Amino acid sequence: MSGAENRVLVGLPRRGPPVQDRPRRVVVLGPPNTGKTSLFNRLAGTNLRVGNYPGVTVEGTSARIDLPHVGPIDLVDLPGTYSLSGRSGEERIAVDALLGRNGHALPDAVLVLCDATHLEHNLYLALQVLELSVPTLVVLNMADEATRQGVDIDLAALSERLGAPVVAVSARTGQGVDDLLPRAAGLLRAAERAAPPIAYPPAVIEAADSLDLPHRALALWALLSVEAGSEEETEDPALAARVEAARAGFDGEEDIDAAIVGARYGFIDRDLMPCVVRSRSGGRSLTDRIDAVLVHPAWGFLLFLVIMTVLFQGLFSWSDPAIGVVESLIGALADGTRAVLPDGIVEDFVADGLIAGVGSVLVFLPQILLLFLLIGLMEDSGYMARIAFLMDRIMKSVGLHGRAFVPMLSGFACAVPAVLATRTMERRRDRFLTMMVVPLTLCSARLPVYTLLIAALYPAGDQGNVPVQGLLLAGMYVFSIAVALVAAAVLGRTVLKGRNEPLLLELPPYRLPRLNTVWRMMWDRTRIFLTEAGTVILACTIILWALLAFPRMSEERAEALGPQEAAAVSLQESYGGRLGQAIEPAIAPLGFDWKIGVGLIGAFAAREVFVATMGVVYGVGGDVDETSTTLREKIRAEAHADGRPVYTPLVGFSLMVFFALACQCMSTLAAVKRETRSYRWPVFLFVYMTALAWLCSFAIYQGGRAMGLG
Amino acid sequence: MDLPTAETLLGSPQGEWRTVLGVRGERAFRRRLLELGFVAGTRVRVVGVAPLGDPLKLEIRHGNLSLRKAEAAGIEVGP
Ligand SMILES: Nc1nc2c(ncn2[C@@H]2O[C@H](COP(=O)(O)OP(=O)(O)OP(=O)(O)O)[C@@H](O)[C@H]2O)c(=O)[nH]1
Ligand SMILES: [Mg+2]
Repeated sequence: MSGAENRVLVGLPRRGPPVQDRPRRVVVLGPPNTGKTSLFNRLAGTNLRVGNYPGVTVEGTSARIDLPHVGPIDLVDLPGTYSLSGRSGEERIAVDALLGRNGHALPDAVLVLCDATHLEHNLYLALQVLELSVPTLVVLNMADEATRQGVDIDLAALSERLGAPVVAVSARTGQGVDDLLPRAAGLLRAAERAAPPIAYPPAVIEAADSLDLPHRALALWALLSVEAGSEEETEDPALAARVEAARAGFDGEEDIDAAIVGARYGFIDRDLMPCVVRSRSGGRSLTDRIDAVLVHPAWGFLLFLVIMTVLFQGLFSWSDPAIGVVESLIGALADGTRAVLPDGIVEDFVADGLIAGVGSVLVFLPQILLLFLLIGLMEDSGYMARIAFLMDRIMKSVGLHGRAFVPMLSGFACAVPAVLATRTMERRRDRFLTMMVVPLTLCSARLPVYTLLIAALYPAGDQGNVPVQGLLLAGMYVFSIAVALVAAAVLGRTVLKGRNEPLLLELPPYRLPRLNTVWRMMWDRTRIFLTEAGTVILACTIILWALLAFPRMSEERAEALGPQEAAAVSLQESYGGRLGQAIEPAIAPLGFDWKIGVGLIGAFAAREVFVATMGVVYGVGGDVDETSTTLREKIRAEAHADGRPVYTPLVGFSLMVFFALACQCMSTLAAVKRETRSYRWPVFLFVYMTALAWLCSFAIYQGGRAMGLG
Repeated sequence: MDLPTAETLLGSPQGEWRTVLGVRGERAFRRRLLELGFVAGTRVRVVGVAPLGDPLKLEIRHGNLSLRKAEAAGIEVGP
């Protein structure tokens, strides 16, 4: 294995004769946030996720396209990277795909993207790729923005100086995109092309040649990127030793890194930038003016808090009417089913199991849609990067990487993509630390549980001008952030010790969010939500319904007891009921009765199952006639044997805290297992979160009781 | 640049343009800064500070970048 990789590591320029029987491979490479995925979507007709912050794409995606006169090609979208020495997980994917390392096939052609409004630094990566002599098309994206900003680019001159074809396109408006693939096809037949004439100091050339690699570009890459402890060193120790010697023997005015990079930027500034004329420079851009308000030194932070509170109150009140509609629809469906189906077990199963269970989760669809609308707007406008900027100080103080805030924010949507998003961090320690705390942020799966409990147990509307429900929900979000930060501080000083990593955050310009992008994000998550409702939650609901419905009580006994009593006893004597009672001693100190225990058992597969189970628990045998009550009302009415209500505000709070902290999501554990490549971390995550949940709920319930609450 | 008290980006007044003279720091991070364009001769300025006092917002090569004060102290600048 390592032998093959060695060959690839140093064998890049010796590209074999074109292989006819496989599709050609064309990769889309470029710095982060330059619109690679937007362009890919246009070319391949896909709908991959884009967003206005660096690091949206963390995995390569390929699509097969049929090109006239060429045949099928594989177009590959890659994560962004500023240079070929990128060290973070997703940058490595991009570099490996370009250099054909680690199991990637060598590309036959490269589309290297630059943001036409930032050529001053985006051309750096393009130069590195051009030096490799792989057939390359330089694509200047965001031509629309460049025109608007008065950036005028002489494409012919730029192309001549680079020694490679250059095109200007806009992935947003579609300008120039139709020409791209035919030109890429042309590349596949193009003759060898000279590397751009970058004037490296003689000492650099000498050092590069001393490595004895078949291509100078590769030698320069090795001088910059192969170092002690890097992956390349393990792959090719002999090369690493030669690099070490060349670097030590380097005899230039500055050190070798600065000399190599400086020579490239010298070429950009002296030879390339004259092709770019900015007719309108000096004036304050729109982005600067918006930033002057949104990240203002004095009110920037306050504004951030206000925005968050409004969003969360809105999440509650704006979706309420829609929730009411869905609720009554499901109620009507259940009633309708009861009217149609004959009495008996089938009717019970369909109405109480299927409809009540899955329906009680579906009720939250409007809220999920709204949450994702809001997150999508923040992401695609560019505000998300500003939040990272505003929060960095706090992140740093608990030892989290500056980039950890973006995964943590997307954790509010769902922890699974958030765990994947930790790839934007270079060090294992930063990644793992973030992964260990991301599941503490309130994901959308908790929303159904919270909405149910808050709506059922706390007063709606303004109580003396205090919007209790919204504040409570916003409070849970703040609580979860606080716990995540404390957990990071503790874990970062114990289990995952390490230094703070420097921050380097690009602040993209504000852009008008695109309807399509935001809609895509909403639809994606909604689909996951619906699929989950249709599979995991449905399956769990059926299992839990069966557990709660069996063993069936005999007709005679049911008659003897009367309908009310029979239902209660049957639930209590069911398998599920017995299970709940078995764990009751463990959860009673938290204020939960065995019925909640049944819900908790289901919730460990996925949190939404709790709501579904409660739908079944309180639907089973309930008097479901013309006064078909909603789940909220049933919860409010639920009482202990002695008449005390089961769900006091204190119990509700304890339960919400439990849901905030406990690790109740199989998908997250699976994702952590995948990303850490070990069982240790998911097990650790599960144990520490669930223990924390128990302890906090215990403290809250017992503390509250001691203070005379609930 | 030979003076021990060379001006750094941290000490440069907000809004005023400076010229990068050199970058100090751990190799990987320094390489990253270099590759982002912090090479000798490049114009750069501090345009803002985050509300909580850190990090800084910089303008360089027509783009905005955010860097913590600790690292900005490693970027030597001249007029
Ligand atoms: N005005 C304009 N905006 C664009 C254009 N292409 C992309 N964008 C926007 O730029 C942002 C980044 O787009 P993406 O396609 O996610 O960029 P990417 O290069 O894939 O980003 P990463 O995956 O994070 O590296 C999004 O907000 C896009 O809508 C363009 O041609 N013009
Ligand atoms: Mg992308």
